[in-house]
Amino acid sequence: MKSIKAIFIGILFGIILIKSEAVSWFRIQEMFHFESFHMYGIIGSAIITGAISLLVIKKTKMRSLTGDKINPQPQPLKKFSNFIGGILFGFGWALLGACPGPLYGLLGLGYSIILVPICSAILGVVCYALVRDKLPH
Amino acid sequence: MHKLLDLLSDPWPWYVAGPLIGLMIPTLLFVINKDFGISSSYRHMCAAVGLKQIRFFDYDWKEHSWSLFFVLGVFLSGFLVALIFPNPDTIHLSENFIIWLQEQGVSDVSGFLPSEIFQWEHLSSSRSLIILIGGGFLIGFGSRYAGGCTSGHAIMGLSQFSIGSLIAVIGFFIGGLIVSWFVLPIILKL
Repeated sequence: MKSIKAIFIGILFGIILIKSEAVSWFRIQEMFHFESFHMYGIIGSAIITGAISLLVIKKTKMRSLTGDKINPQPQPLKKFSNFIGGILFGFGWALLGACPGPLYGLLGLGYSIILVPICSAILGVVCYALVRDKLPH
Repeated sequence: MHKLLDLLSDPWPWYVAGPLIGLMIPTLLFVINKDFGISSSYRHMCAAVGLKQIRFFDYDWKEHSWSLFFVLGVFLSGFLVALIFPNPDTIHLSENFIIWLQEQGVSDVSGFLPSEIFQWEHLSSSRSLIILIGGGFLIGFGSRYAGGCTSGHAIMGLSQFSIGSLIAVIGFFIGGLIVSWFVLPIILKL
């Protein structure tokens, strides 16, 4: 059941990414060139809505559908790797004009060439796993 | 019904799409009690295919299988949109930006991706190779090193006021601005 729910929420997320053009290479480059407010508006208002939602969940001690405590895990603070990894990710984000979520949506839209960056991203994760112990974090 | 489909087909403005993306966070928490994030799906795929000899992939991926179903949903959404309410052919980009693109040799601005780069028949060109393979590798490697991507750090992390996510997002934009302004123009002309 959980898997069907996850698929369904993924479909909703994907539809929003596509209909808002957030999956577009052009939109991402336009954002980095400060030529449009569109992507900043999307990211900014998503964060505000997310933050308010989390505060409401916390204040009302809301429980999940199955009655469990909702306790989102905070992202661990690792200044060095957050920053250096972030820059590397940014390089890829601007090169490819897409981040991981949109890649899956683009593939579904029929851009089969996106299999290349997805496989390459997986290779990147494998390489990270291999050198992880040698990297400063 | 046709009116509704027209409304859905038009590109959604940021003030509709942004809040809806933000609402993915409470939806995921309420329905399956999971934290919003996409890029860890790559790691779980590696764990699922049994790369257990690498310690980073040696964990019970089944506990995270929701993540694989979640990205399967994002993939399926592409089918649905293409079938039922496809986006208009061309995106309304700023005039300035279209001129800049043309100066870089990108003349076809229809669709979501520049056809001169994102097509199988161009894969052998050096610019497509660098963009597709290099770009993919960097988002995979970078997202794991940083501990998340645009969804996990920028949307989920900043919604939690996480300092680590703020640092990562600053990194995303430093890296993105450098490449988009100074590196991409060189690669596009290769």
